[in-house]
Amino acid sequence: MKPAPFAYVRAATLDDALRTLEEHGDGARVLAGGQSLMATLNMRLSAPEVLVDIGRVDGLAGIEDTGDTLRIGAMTRHVEVETSELVAEHAPLVASAMPHIAHPAIRNAGTFGGSIAFADPAAELPACAVALGARMTIAGKAGSRTVEADAFFRGLYETAIAPREILTAVEVPKIAPGWKSGLMELARRHGDYAIIGLAAHVEVEGGRFGGGRLVFFGAGDHPVAAAQTAALLEGETWSDRLADRLAASLKEELDPFEDLNADAAMRRHLAGVLVKRTLGPLAAA
Amino acid sequence: MTDLIADRWILDRPNSYIGRSVPRPNAPRLAEGRGTFVDDVPLGPRAGHVAFVRSPHAHARMRSIDTEAARASPGVIAVLTGRDLAAIHDPWIGVLTHLEGLKSAPQYALPLDTATWQGEAVAAVVADSRARAEDAAELVAIVWEVLPAVTDPASALDPDTPVIHESLGDNLAWRRNVDFGDIEAAYAEADHVIEETFVFARHTGVCVEPRAILADWNPAEEQLTVWHNTQCPHMIQNILATHYRLDEHRVRVIAGDVGGSFGIKVHTYADEIATVGLSILLKRPVKFVADRMESFVTDIHARAQTVKGRIAVRNDGTILGFEIDALSGIGPYSMYPRTSGIEANQIVNLMGGPYEFDHYRAQATVVFQNKNMMCQYRAVGHPVKCAVTEGLVDAAARATGLDPAELRQRNLRADDSYPCRSVQGLPFENLSHEESLAKLLEAMDYEALKDERDALREEGVYRGIGLASFIEVTNPSAMFYGVGGARISAQDGATMRLDARGNVFVATGATEQGQGMEAVISQVAATAVGVPPERLKIVTGDTEHTPYGGGTWASRAAGIGGEAVARAGRALREQILRAAATMLQEDAANLDIRNGVVVEAQTGAERIGLDEIGRICYYRPDTLPDGFQSELVATRHYVPRKYPFAFTNGVQASYLEVDVETGFITLLDHWCIEDCGTVINPLLVDEQIRGGIVQGLGGALFEECVYDRDGQMLNATMADYLVPMAAELPDMQCGHVESPTAESDLGAKGAGEAGTCGAPAAVMNALNDALAPLGASRLTDMPFTPRKVLRALGRI
Ligand SMILES: Cc1cc2nc3c(=O)[nH]c(=O)nc-3n(C[C@H](O)[C@H](O)[C@H](O)COP(=O)(O)OP(=O)(O)OC[C@H]3O[C@@H](n4cnc5c(N)ncnc54)[C@H](O)[C@@H]3O)c2cc1C
Repeated sequence: MKPAPFAYVRAATLDDALRTLEEHGDGARVLAGGQSLMATLNMRLSAPEVLVDIGRVDGLAGIEDTGDTLRIGAMTRHVEVETSELVAEHAPLVASAMPHIAHPAIRNAGTFGGSIAFADPAAELPACAVALGARMTIAGKAGSRTVEADAFFRGLYETAIAPREILTAVEVPKIAPGWKSGLMELARRHGDYAIIGLAAHVEVEGGRFGGGRLVFFGAGDHPVAAAQTAALLEGETWSDRLADRLAASLKEELDPFEDLNADAAMRRHLAGVLVKRTLGPLAAA
Repeated sequence: MTDLIADRWILDRPNSYIGRSVPRPNAPRLAEGRGTFVDDVPLGPRAGHVAFVRSPHAHARMRSIDTEAARASPGVIAVLTGRDLAAIHDPWIGVLTHLEGLKSAPQYALPLDTATWQGEAVAAVVADSRARAEDAAELVAIVWEVLPAVTDPASALDPDTPVIHESLGDNLAWRRNVDFGDIEAAYAEADHVIEETFVFARHTGVCVEPRAILADWNPAEEQLTVWHNTQCPHMIQNILATHYRLDEHRVRVIAGDVGGSFGIKVHTYADEIATVGLSILLKRPVKFVADRMESFVTDIHARAQTVKGRIAVRNDGTILGFEIDALSGIGPYSMYPRTSGIEANQIVNLMGGPYEFDHYRAQATVVFQNKNMMCQYRAVGHPVKCAVTEGLVDAAARATGLDPAELRQRNLRADDSYPCRSVQGLPFENLSHEESLAKLLEAMDYEALKDERDALREEGVYRGIGLASFIEVTNPSAMFYGVGGARISAQDGATMRLDARGNVFVATGATEQGQGMEAVISQVAATAVGVPPERLKIVTGDTEHTPYGGGTWASRAAGIGGEAVARAGRALREQILRAAATMLQEDAANLDIRNGVVVEAQTGAERIGLDEIGRICYYRPDTLPDGFQSELVATRHYVPRKYPFAFTNGVQASYLEVDVETGFITLLDHWCIEDCGTVINPLLVDEQIRGGIVQGLGGALFEECVYDRDGQMLNATMADYLVPMAAELPDMQCGHVESPTAESDLGAKGAGEAGTCGAPAAVMNALNDALAPLGASRLTDMPFTPRKVLRALGRI
């Protein structure tokens, strides 16, 4: 379990990092917290020629209140997000996701941007990003561009970040009045990637649902927004009947994968349970 | 009550450390990171690191191996194959004569031409670092001819299934049939005969420190020195000498700190034997440290069994008999030297152990297959026989309408019935099933817990209670392996010596695996001599410096190794007192040693310190009377002779909740009352019980080596193979009954495996109790995953 040989470059600035990526082309890989990348290197699942460490690049870490949004720098460690008052107040969905991500030691090193860029299909933060309509800022040779979460997650471990580009920040819209969010997941052991999870962000006024998003993780090769099912919520109040209708709709709408823990039928079933358990309390609160 | 009369002198010593939670002497060293594990042994510049090329196929012939590119890779010292190594070693065959009919094929350090499981080492690359050895290993080009893989034990004996070893004729490794009493008569007499099939998944012991070996052949001295994290240094010494055609005194095995073993490190692993051969061929030190993925595909697996069981019971709850038919696939070879027949053998021997019944029939079939080898892992066979027995006992309770505790009370062997024999003929010296169960029911407040469970059911909360009584084999005599021809020592030795300042050096054949053996040895030694533990120096795990012994396995280290220390300690005390008596012109019988000082036995008045005795004996023997020669070193050995095993017993209970919508199980509480005889160190015993329970819970809920039909292990990483973690575990409450064995002075039986033995059965019974009101199909197929629970409930 030793990685294949690679070179290591610690970038001092974003330009520096981008230049190194340009130089090495497809052979280069960004190193953030290393919590996912190092394991794949050690298992020799990938063998980049050079790692570009962006850990010391100025301005990539930190959480900023920009008025309508929170700007979370890509190199912000999970632990900072977890303990941030800004996040707790303005992005409660993200705050509630954090304790589910791995274990404290991993959250001390792993980064917010790393989770988004790695785009594990069972990861919490990509689903939160989609549920909240976050925008990703990506820097490249030609400058910066912004991509909506919906267009960002493209497939299994595949995102809108092109080779030679760096995700610099994620802008998360602040929660609006009348909106509520909730995150729930089912994992075999605490800290494991979930078998399936739900990030829900919905409008509820006086117990009646308005619009909203139900985004599942562990349900497809990237975050899956169950739009048809979410549409059933409009104008409804919570009831067992509604829960059953949502569960039935999810069975049609979701097309999950099979792995060692669950087959597609089980994931569909669990999706219904998650919706019931997440939305019921949101409607009541 | 017992047929032996023990001399309990050690329990009557003044200032006794027996029964106290004395801290481990090695804890500060390990906590400060100053342990010496194999990978910490300093290496000279000539040392080589080996990476093995491993078979990607479960069964395949090597048409050719091209090592040229690998040899040219930077830092590479050598690339060697099975044929290179075969020139200098003899293969081994994992059989024992007392497992009559057990067969296996010769196994080489690296196979000569055919790989028989995925992950088997087939070529070795030695380089100046492990990383460079791995780089080069990727360049070894093997042309494989993939052969059909035998993976399913159920069809391994079918005529159209390929035979793995042609020389053996078929894939049957071993079959054992026993028949006691008249099971057919029991069926005829019974009001109920209940049949159920129990399935146990392959799993493994996950050690914090993986297997590791550093071999250094010194041709000038013809001396092989091996640092090895083994449980049994003397056994490995013998094996290396035998198979590399050396004399035993030419082989030194050093087992320093070991980061957990659980039975994983008690076997002959081909890659380790190959590492030794590489050192001999290359005439330089060679180190192998298994990485986590290698560990999953080569550390022995265990437990995989499908057991069809039957119980015959009368309406009044009387158990008349049991029958089992067990099938297991053990991989392509029987593991050497303990064999892969023992797990099945234990199941046959120990079924129904806690209960009084007369009729028993069993068949165990052990077949070869193209998967990693199975062999002994903590509580060999016990979790299986316990779950089958206790699952059937619960089935009998349902059939008769009796409460599960009540049914057990009616059938457990009475505490006043010892000595006696099990239906299989194994002798029990003294067990305490009835008292243990009574204590358990009280500790868990059984009746109140049932009320709580019932009340919660009304609210749609599904909780269950499960009980599991058990017996456990510990302190094995030579009847376990020695009689079958294995050179595995059942006896253990201890040497103790007074130094010139009155401190005591203790060398023991028992070994420290992280379980706290050194603490137990220190308590016994300190008590036996009469010195505080801080005046002891304990040496373990070095064939050059410790008396011959078996090491650590089968819960023997405290009971056998500890007894040898007790006896050596007493002998040393007598030697010291003889010297003191000479100096003081006193009768030795009037003297004793307390707290490092020779005192008057009657009054406790201090007479002379051990430091002074050391000084006089070693530096001023001229002041002692003519003709008196002090001897201040004593060696004693011990092995149980009367009983082949010191059986222990206990009972566990699990209380859990099932989320019937998700299939998730939450373990709420767990209790274990067990009887390991004399409790030398309550803290360590409870740690053993709890740690054992955790591994049992792992098997019940989480752990499984998942293979596909082609023999590929699908979850050989720590991300996918689920070991139980703290957040998922319940509180575990331990209690004890003490029925010391009269075979030894100390009276200690083993405590290392009881937790693992009973936990899966307790969880299985609790789970089925929880689901009973929902009409779910019974769950008897471990591990109990959410998917299986949902299926049993008909939700998916
Ligand atoms: C035991 C364990 C359990 C875990 N459990 C969970 C869990 O339950 N949920 C969860 O979400 N995660 C989990 N993780 C993953 C963890 O959250 C990682 O930290 C995260 O996925 C990656 O972040 P990182 O900073 O470590 O990225 P790295 O490992 O450094 O990088 C991961 C990948 O993303 C790329 N990358 C990283 N940052 C950027 C960037 N700014 N721009 C472009 N590319 C970039 C890298 O090139 C690499 O390909 C777990 C990890 C471990 C070890």
